Amino acid sequence: MFFQKDIETMPRKELESLQLERLKRMVDYCYNNVPFYHKRLSEAGVTGDKIKCLSDIQYIPFTTKADIRDNYPFGLFAVPQKKIVRIHASSGTTGKPTVVGYTRNDINNWSDCVARLCMAVGVTDEDVAQISFGYGLFTGALGLHYGLEKIGCAVIPISSGNTQKQAMILKDFGSTVLVSTPSYAMYMSEVAHEMGITNDDIKLRIGLFGSEGCTNELRDLIEKGFGLFSTDNYGMSELMGPGVSGECEFRDGLHFAEDHFLPEIIDPQTCQPLPAGENGELVITTLTKEGIPMLRYRTKDISRLNYEPCACGRTHARMDKVKGRSDDMLKIRGVNVFPSQIESVLTNIEGISPHYQLVLTRRNYTDYLEVKIELIDATLLENYAGLESLRQSAVSKLRTVLGIDAKVTLVSPRSLERYEGKAKRIVDMRNQEV
Amino acid sequence: MTINQLSIFIENKEGKLADLTSTLAKENIDIRAMSVADTQDFGILRLIVSDTDRAIAALKETGCIVSVTQVLAISISDTPGSLSTVLRILSDNHISVEYVYAFITRRQEGAYVVFRVADNQAAAELLTKHGVKLATKDDIDAL
Repeated sequence: MFFQKDIETMPRKELESLQLERLKRMVDYCYNNVPFYHKRLSEAGVTGDKIKCLSDIQYIPFTTKADIRDNYPFGLFAVPQKKIVRIHASSGTTGKPTVVGYTRNDINNWSDCVARLCMAVGVTDEDVAQISFGYGLFTGALGLHYGLEKIGCAVIPISSGNTQKQAMILKDFGSTVLVSTPSYAMYMSEVAHEMGITNDDIKLRIGLFGSEGCTNELRDLIEKGFGLFSTDNYGMSELMGPGVSGECEFRDGLHFAEDHFLPEIIDPQTCQPLPAGENGELVITTLTKEGIPMLRYRTKDISRLNYEPCACGRTHARMDKVKGRSDDMLKIRGVNVFPSQIESVLTNIEGISPHYQLVLTRRNYTDYLEVKIELIDATLLENYAGLESLRQSAVSKLRTVLGIDAKVTLVSPRSLERYEGKAKRIVDMRNQEV
Repeated sequence: MTINQLSIFIENKEGKLADLTSTLAKENIDIRAMSVADTQDFGILRLIVSDTDRAIAALKETGCIVSVTQVLAISISDTPGSLSTVLRILSDNHISVEYVYAFITRRQEGAYVVFRVADNQAAAELLTKHGVKLATKDDIDAL
């Protein structure tokens, strides 16, 4: 199903000429309305009429999260305060939050983008959507909220937390769509089943997961747990929020809303553009944003672009699920390790729960990775051999995928922390040499 | 013929065993026999208790992972060489023992030995044939 079929299936050539026209306009808009961009673009000698083709985007300087922070709170806004109708901010893990503002048009475009990805998986006005993202400054909840309302869904703005109540409402209100992080959906299904709620008691049919990475293996487990079909969506507050890209029912990459966002892939070290199909850092330029436009925003997310038309009929480029973040990437004994690789390995091992924790320590200038997993299969308690072979198989599978040896520790079921929002599964203690 | 034994996964951390035994104490469950083997990170605790079902329920309540295993218990005289005799019978008949632990009691002269073997039936018949006395659930309960 389509929300804006003409746009979503626009022939590639037409789409690209629309993007070029919007990009030229966006460069001038930034130059004229944001002192920061005025300075940057002047230094680089770039103006709208110098952009002749889409690849000329490479002459535009990058914008980073630090730039937004340095202009805290409203320094990058391109419109006067009276035009702003909404302000969001993302939690600052380092220092101050990054603040973003939306005009009425921005909110409207945003809800269009979200409505597209919801309809792409089959959400209709008959659905009841339970939004279990935390409401607040975070864009996830309100982003999905507006998009789903636009379609005509009945939205339940329950927010995150109070998991038993979530499960009760899931059952009593007959929610058909669940919006949450994948790790929270996983936890919610555990809690619901503990409360004796079976999949026959609930009407969930679609999961719209986002705000953190989700491997296909974890997705399959959640789908089995709740008996639903789910898609992944992608976005960040700096660009808009959820809805920058999202999967269709074929789940073969996340379609960008390419009429609003122009994606590129660069080599994160050299910052040079990479050809289509290569893995690298995703860089995104907003094409219509009024409140806080972004030119070549470095997402730090590692992905890959595919411009082939999709089986669903959409022509907009697709990105792979995010492999990891160029800044979240763990460097362990010099080897690049993405937590998503570890998750893929662990979710394929029988007898353990899908919850895990990674602990990094450093002794004698050497990094050690410990992977804690929860044992759930009581039959393995018969003898040590069973437990030991479970542990060994995790060690050897991790070695195959990561190329390094990890220590695998079995812990009691439900002893690792559960998360209501984004999971924090990495404990890096390497700066506290022991 | 066999008796119920609990196998409990236990992390090798300070206080874990104390927590676990206090869960049983609160339920007024008596531990008849106990064996714990540990590796660096975790151990498997094997218990024979006065009320298996209640013990399982109480332990699961606290999030423990527990399984029940049927094991053989024999009663032998508490004298040098008696355990060796029994083990010799098993080994001569190619029955290998996965693990074993023993306990003596206050009331009787004898000692009890708990065995885990692959085939309880075969081991039980063999031992009975050689005049070894198998302990029943009632014997253990009466301790």
